Amino acid sequence: MRRFFLIAVPYAWLLVLFLIPFVIVLKISLSDTELAIPPYTPTLDLSQGWAGIREFFAGLDLENFVWLTEDDLYWKAYLSSLWIATCSTILTLLIGFPIAYGMARSPEQWRATLMMLVILPFWTSFLIRVYAWMGILSQEGFLNQFLLWIGIIDSPLTILNTNTAVYIGIVYTYLPFMILPIYAALDRLDGSLIEAAEDLGCSRLMAFWLVTLPLSRPGIIAGCFLVFIPALGEFVIPSLLGGSGTLMIGKVLWEEFFSNRDWPVASAVAVVLLLILVIPIVLFQRNQQKQQEADQ
Amino acid sequence: MTRLSWFNVVSLTLGFAFLYLPMVILIIFSFNESKLVTVWAGFSTKWYGELLQNEAFLDAAWVTLRVAVFSSTIATVLGTMAAYVLVRGGRFFGRTLFSGMIYAPLVMPEVITGLSLLLLFIGIGLDRGIFTIVLAHTTFSMCYVSVVVSSRLVTFDRSLEEAALDLGCAPAEAFRLVTLPIIAPAVISGWLLAFTLSLDDLVIASFTSGPSSTTLPIKIFSSVRLGVSPEINALSTLMIAVVAVGVIIASLATKRAALQRRREEQLATQT
Repeated sequence: MRRFFLIAVPYAWLLVLFLIPFVIVLKISLSDTELAIPPYTPTLDLSQGWAGIREFFAGLDLENFVWLTEDDLYWKAYLSSLWIATCSTILTLLIGFPIAYGMARSPEQWRATLMMLVILPFWTSFLIRVYAWMGILSQEGFLNQFLLWIGIIDSPLTILNTNTAVYIGIVYTYLPFMILPIYAALDRLDGSLIEAAEDLGCSRLMAFWLVTLPLSRPGIIAGCFLVFIPALGEFVIPSLLGGSGTLMIGKVLWEEFFSNRDWPVASAVAVVLLLILVIPIVLFQRNQQKQQEADQ
Repeated sequence: MTRLSWFNVVSLTLGFAFLYLPMVILIIFSFNESKLVTVWAGFSTKWYGELLQNEAFLDAAWVTLRVAVFSSTIATVLGTMAAYVLVRGGRFFGRTLFSGMIYAPLVMPEVITGLSLLLLFIGIGLDRGIFTIVLAHTTFSMCYVSVVVSSRLVTFDRSLEEAALDLGCAPAEAFRLVTLPIIAPAVISGWLLAFTLSLDDLVIASFTSGPSSTTLPIKIFSSVRLGVSPEINALSTLMIAVVAVGVIIASLATKRAALQRRREEQLATQT
C-alpha cells in the first residue's frame, strides 16, 4: 500500500503535468486555425466515440505541417537554428577544451577551487548573464571602447543584434557544460599512459594527439550534446542579443504563440522541433550508457 | 599531470577572465553615478535606492520568492519519492515510462514545456497565476531533484538499511532513521537547485503566469528589451551577491561536515 502510494504520487503528477500536455500539443497541432477563443477548432471529437476517431482520421490533413514546409520562414528558422547550434557547439569546444585541459594539469590543491569557479556562474541567473553582454557588445559598449582605445578599429563595430552576438552569448552561457564533462574525463586519465608514450619516442604534441585526445572523447561528446541540445531551442539569447535577422526556432515559436496567436501552427512548430531533438537526445543517451558500461 | 605549461596558464587565465569579466563589469557599473551605463561618472549607490523604491520590482520579487519556496519544496518531496522508487522500487508497471518522464524534462526546450503546460491549463479552465507557475516549476524541477537524489541513493550501502530492518525497525522508521540522514545532503542540494531554477526561469513562467503574477525574470526581461539600465545592473548585482554568499556558506558547511565526520571516524577507530 505504502509502496503503491510512493509510486503513484510522482507518477500521476508527471502524467498529468508532463505527458498529457504533450498529447494536447499534438492534438492542437492537428486542428484548424480559427479566429476565436480558444483560437482553434478541434478536429478530434471523442464524445462521439469511434465515429469521432474515424472522422478525425478521415479529415486528417496535417495542414499546419504542410504550412510549415510551404512558408520559407519555418524551414529557414529550423536550418538556421541547427547551423547556429552546431557552430556555437564547435566554438564552445575549442574554447572549453584548453580550459578543462589546464584545470586537469593544475596542482591538486587548486582543482576544487577551479571546479567551483566553473560551477558558480551556473548558479547565477541565466538572464543576467545574457544581459551582461548587452552592455559589452553595444555600439558604445566596452568592447568597442576598448578596441578603439588600443587602435585596432577606427569606428565602432556593430555586434549587438547580430548573429555574432548570439554565438558569443551561447558560448558564454553554456561553457561550463562543456568544461565539466571534459575535465571529468581528463581527470580520470592515467598520467603514466602519456609518460609511456613519451618514453616510447612520441613528442608531447603526438602524445596529446594519440593518447589524451582519444581517451577524453566520451567527455567531449557529452559536452557537445550538453551544449547543442539546449542551444537548438534557445529563446532568451537570440531575443536579447540577436537582431531582427536572427532566425531561431525557439523565438519563432514564441512569436507565433504570443504575437500571432496562432496556436495550431505554434504547436506544429513544437512537434517538429521535438522530432529533430529526438536524434541528438538518443545519441547522447547511448554515449552516456557506453560510458557507464566502460566504467564498470 | 601537474606540469602547467605556459599554454595552460594562458588558457586558464583567458578562460576565467571570459567567464567572470562580464559579471565584474556589470557589478562595477551598478555603482555608476551616470544614467549612461558605459561612461563612468563617479561612485554612487543611488540606483540601489531607486530600486528599493520601485514597487513593481519589489512586487515581482515577492511573487518570485513565494513561487520558488513552494515549488522547490513540493519538488523536493516528489523528486525524492521518485528517486527512491526508481532506485529501490524494483519492477512495477510502466517503469520505463516513469523513468522516461523523469529524464525527458531535463532536455526539453523550455518553449515546448511552457507551451504545453499553458495549453493544458487553458484546456482544463485553470486561471493562470501564482498557482499555475508553482505547478509548472514543480514539474520540471522535481526531475532535477530526482536525478541528484538518485545519484546519492545508488552509491550508498544498502546493508545499512537492511541492518536497521533486521534490528526491528519498521520500513518507515528505517527510512527516517537511516536512509534520510544519509541522503540528506543530496536532498538539500536538490532543494537548492530547484530553488535557483525557479528563481531563474523566464520562459516557462512567461507562458504559465497571469496578468497579476509577474515574476522578477519576466519583469527584468521586459525592461531589458528596451536596453541596458543602471537599475537592472543594481538588481543583478544584488542577485549575484545573494548567490555568491549562499554558495560560499554551503561549501563551508559541507567542508565542516566532512571534517567532523573524519574526526568522528578517527575517534571510533581509536577506541
